[in-house]
Amino acid sequence: MTDHSKTIQGRTGPWEIVLGLEVHAQVASKSKLFSGAAVGFGAGPNEQVSLVDAAMPGMLPVLNGFCVEQAVKTGLGLKAQINLKSRFDRKNYFYPDLPQGYQISQFDQPIVGEGVVTVERDDGTTFDVRIERLHLEQDAGKSLHDQDPNATYVDLNRAGTALMEIVSKPDMRTSEEAAAYVKKLRTILVYLGTCDGDMEKGNLRADVNVSVCRPGDYEKFRETGSFSHLGTRCEIKNVNSYRYIQQAIEYEARRQIEILEDGGKVDQETRLFDPTKLETRSMRSKEEAHDYRYFPDPDLLPLILDPEWVKDLEATLPELPDAKKTRLQSQYGLSAYDAGVLIIESDRADYFEAAAKGRDAKLVSNWVTNELLSKLSSGGHEIANSPLPSSDIAQLVELIENGTISSKIAKEVFEHMWAGEGRPAEIVEKRGLVQINDTGAIEAAIDKLIAANPDKAAAVKEKPQAIGWFVGQVMKETGGKANPATVNDLLKSKLGL
Amino acid sequence: MSALTSLTLKAAVDGLEKGEFTSVELTTAHIEAIEAARILNAFIVETPDQALAMAAASDARRALGAAGPLDGAPLGIKDLFCTKGVQTTACSKILEGFVPEYESTVTSQLWRDGAVMLGKLNLDQFAMGSSNETSYFGPVTNPWRASGSNKALTPGGSSGGSAAAVAADLCLGATATDTGGSIRQPAAFTGTVGIKPTYGRCSRWGVVAFASSLDQAGPIAKTVEDAALLLTSMCGHDPKDSTSLDVPVPDFTQFVGKSVKGLRIGVPAEYRVDGMPAEIEKLWADGIAWLKDAGCEIVEISLPHTKYALPAYYIVAPAEASSNLARYDGMRYGLREDGANLTEIYENTRASGFGDEVKRRILIGTYVLSAGYYDAYYLKALKVRRRIAEDFDKAWERCDAILTPTAPSAAFGLGENSNDPIAMYLNDVFTVTTNLAGLPGLSLPAGLDASGLPLGLQIIGKPLDEGTVFSVAGALEKAAGFTAKAGKWW
Repeated sequence: MTDHSKTIQGRTGPWEIVLGLEVHAQVASKSKLFSGAAVGFGAGPNEQVSLVDAAMPGMLPVLNGFCVEQAVKTGLGLKAQINLKSRFDRKNYFYPDLPQGYQISQFDQPIVGEGVVTVERDDGTTFDVRIERLHLEQDAGKSLHDQDPNATYVDLNRAGTALMEIVSKPDMRTSEEAAAYVKKLRTILVYLGTCDGDMEKGNLRADVNVSVCRPGDYEKFRETGSFSHLGTRCEIKNVNSYRYIQQAIEYEARRQIEILEDGGKVDQETRLFDPTKLETRSMRSKEEAHDYRYFPDPDLLPLILDPEWVKDLEATLPELPDAKKTRLQSQYGLSAYDAGVLIIESDRADYFEAAAKGRDAKLVSNWVTNELLSKLSSGGHEIANSPLPSSDIAQLVELIENGTISSKIAKEVFEHMWAGEGRPAEIVEKRGLVQINDTGAIEAAIDKLIAANPDKAAAVKEKPQAIGWFVGQVMKETGGKANPATVNDLLKSKLGL
Repeated sequence: MSALTSLTLKAAVDGLEKGEFTSVELTTAHIEAIEAARILNAFIVETPDQALAMAAASDARRALGAAGPLDGAPLGIKDLFCTKGVQTTACSKILEGFVPEYESTVTSQLWRDGAVMLGKLNLDQFAMGSSNETSYFGPVTNPWRASGSNKALTPGGSSGGSAAAVAADLCLGATATDTGGSIRQPAAFTGTVGIKPTYGRCSRWGVVAFASSLDQAGPIAKTVEDAALLLTSMCGHDPKDSTSLDVPVPDFTQFVGKSVKGLRIGVPAEYRVDGMPAEIEKLWADGIAWLKDAGCEIVEISLPHTKYALPAYYIVAPAEASSNLARYDGMRYGLREDGANLTEIYENTRASGFGDEVKRRILIGTYVLSAGYYDAYYLKALKVRRRIAEDFDKAWERCDAILTPTAPSAAFGLGENSNDPIAMYLNDVFTVTTNLAGLPGLSLPAGLDASGLPLGLQIIGKPLDEGTVFSVAGALEKAAGFTAKAGKWW
């Protein structure tokens, strides 16, 4: 842990950051958590609102079993304790986008307990983030303050949508680690299909708890479990991109350090991140904090899960990113880095595995992770609907493997493939890109070249690295189709190197 | 037409079936009775046109031989039940003018069985009260008066409108709800029969919520058999209410008149409270004697946590109410008062829209759920609630039903207790325990006090054992021979 905590140098000495995240992930469900109303993006204001969502008199919540299933699946994916008995509570506060006057959430008996997520840093090392809990709760509606100078409008389409709140322990020490954790969590959720992970639409967003402490304090906290060793935390609400998460943390940590170094005290409060000014500002202080008056929702029975049902559900889980990464490394001999790139989306890994069947897997991996992914991303395509099927990449690699084309020519072929000119073999055929392995033809080209450039041929004996010029010329002469290995061998012998 | 309004529900349905009169005639008689009794203030909304249309449709169904068990019977609906297209206010200002686009499950089932709606009945605001005096539309006057007195008496509450309307023959039966005694105490005060079934028997969907874990719908009727007939229609599993019980609903009328011989009847020592009027002591003793005569075995039982029931109730119910009533915020429906900012809009709307008793309970409920007080009040009350349920569990090892008085007094004068909330809360002392334990409880008229006012006895049953409750009630009804009616002064 300590190895990766980043020290921030202040006027009075070094400081460290401690980060814990509450991630809100919208359950990928077609209907809301306690009403049959549809969930969807793009509907007109208040078009997806049932009598229950609008909290009409006498309306009652009925738990959506599908959402429960997604929460349990997610819990299993986080290697977490599934609580066979959990409960829904009311969190009471007034706001126009909260029609009931309370949010139905889970307070002290969440559906999922402690778990763990293994996260990769950019340098390839990993660290564990302990999950404290996952609970189900309703989302609120949306207040629109910008429609009219004198009025606020309320859109209840989102009201009652199911969210999973995933609470981590304060196990992240740098803004990069926090972003990496959210990335990893998102990958797991998307693998499980329990959340679409769309951060732009706000379907995945994070509340970031930031505090600072002196070096050594965090270790004391981990040893004793006592938060007294840590600084006072501020919660930055609803940050919805990796970049914002990092920027918000960087700003907030510096703000807290400045306060402390000026002899001040950090107030425990809720803050908002302003992405245009790159700063956080106070939303409400601890004194203004609501007393939510949580109590068990008397309209709902305790949620009891059948252990057999949980077991059956576990059996249906897809292969998760960590397991897939390990398997790709051992089955295909890929590097940890390449496997890591491939498992970011299960579609990527699927594409790779389809293309690698019977081929040089490392070569396939290179083509997928380099050429293909960069083309896809610049074209804004998902790999699942890549214009180039995996069989094309397989064929391209096959052409390299059997010596029909060189890797260099393959890049040219790939460009033509991307341009939609057909399958690799057709392109090679049509454009006459077959590699020249005929030593006679290559020898003739070399002889011609040496004869025309006696001075260079002499000079290369003094400076063997100048052979590159000859290689380039031969390749140019042969339209790049000469087998580079053959060219090299022949040049060396003819130049007497 | 007074002959038609004095019929019991059972007799009326039989008469309709025999073709002695039509539903239109029966309904017209009740509409006229309602119009003549406006001084009682039992109905706050009359729906004569809808009633006559429903009656005509019922007559047509009966002509085709497709009549349901309640076909053509005109009923009154407590204004806590949402009725599609008909104003539903819970007798509050904050919901004045609110017209639901949906029908509560319970009333839907009554209409499914052919009943006719006469209108909406007065109640204590949001069902909070024991005298019907907290209604935004003014109190209901009890049709009963003490002999030789013109003093206006309360019909009890919160289902005061329901009880008064049935007692005054304005309807053949009425829906009511009971959170702490709101069906049984008004029934006792008006010489009518009321039953709160086991929690979960009646769907709460479409019933304006007071305290979700305690609220149960039930009927107020003229006889035990009528109550059984109505309850059979009102009960049933509803997937839209997560606390609704998925259990079969028997025909409760079959239990009325069944022999009670050999049944063990528990008499709880703790219900002999200090200052209980001698007349109520005597009524209770009469009830015990009647059941003994009918072949029951009388068992002295103990329900030791009874004295904590009322305080626990007045924590749990306001706690839930404080949250349930948060939705009345002026944002989407009902009353909205202006304000300079959001907080002011909330404050002005709720200050103006809720009556004093409702505000009192919201404040109590908010307080007991607050940080620092939750454990001492709400959590403690939940523990008491569990003890009370355990008291009953133990009692059921020794008896099959329990007999108690329904209320500690007969109907009192309007205004007599309205400035003393605690005195008012004491009305529920014998009834709240069944709500806390989720048990069925029935009140039936069993005698008159010295001034000629009706007094009620309560029968408490095991969970889902309304059948035994109805059998015991039937036996008591027969033995008591209660036939007194309120003298018609209006």
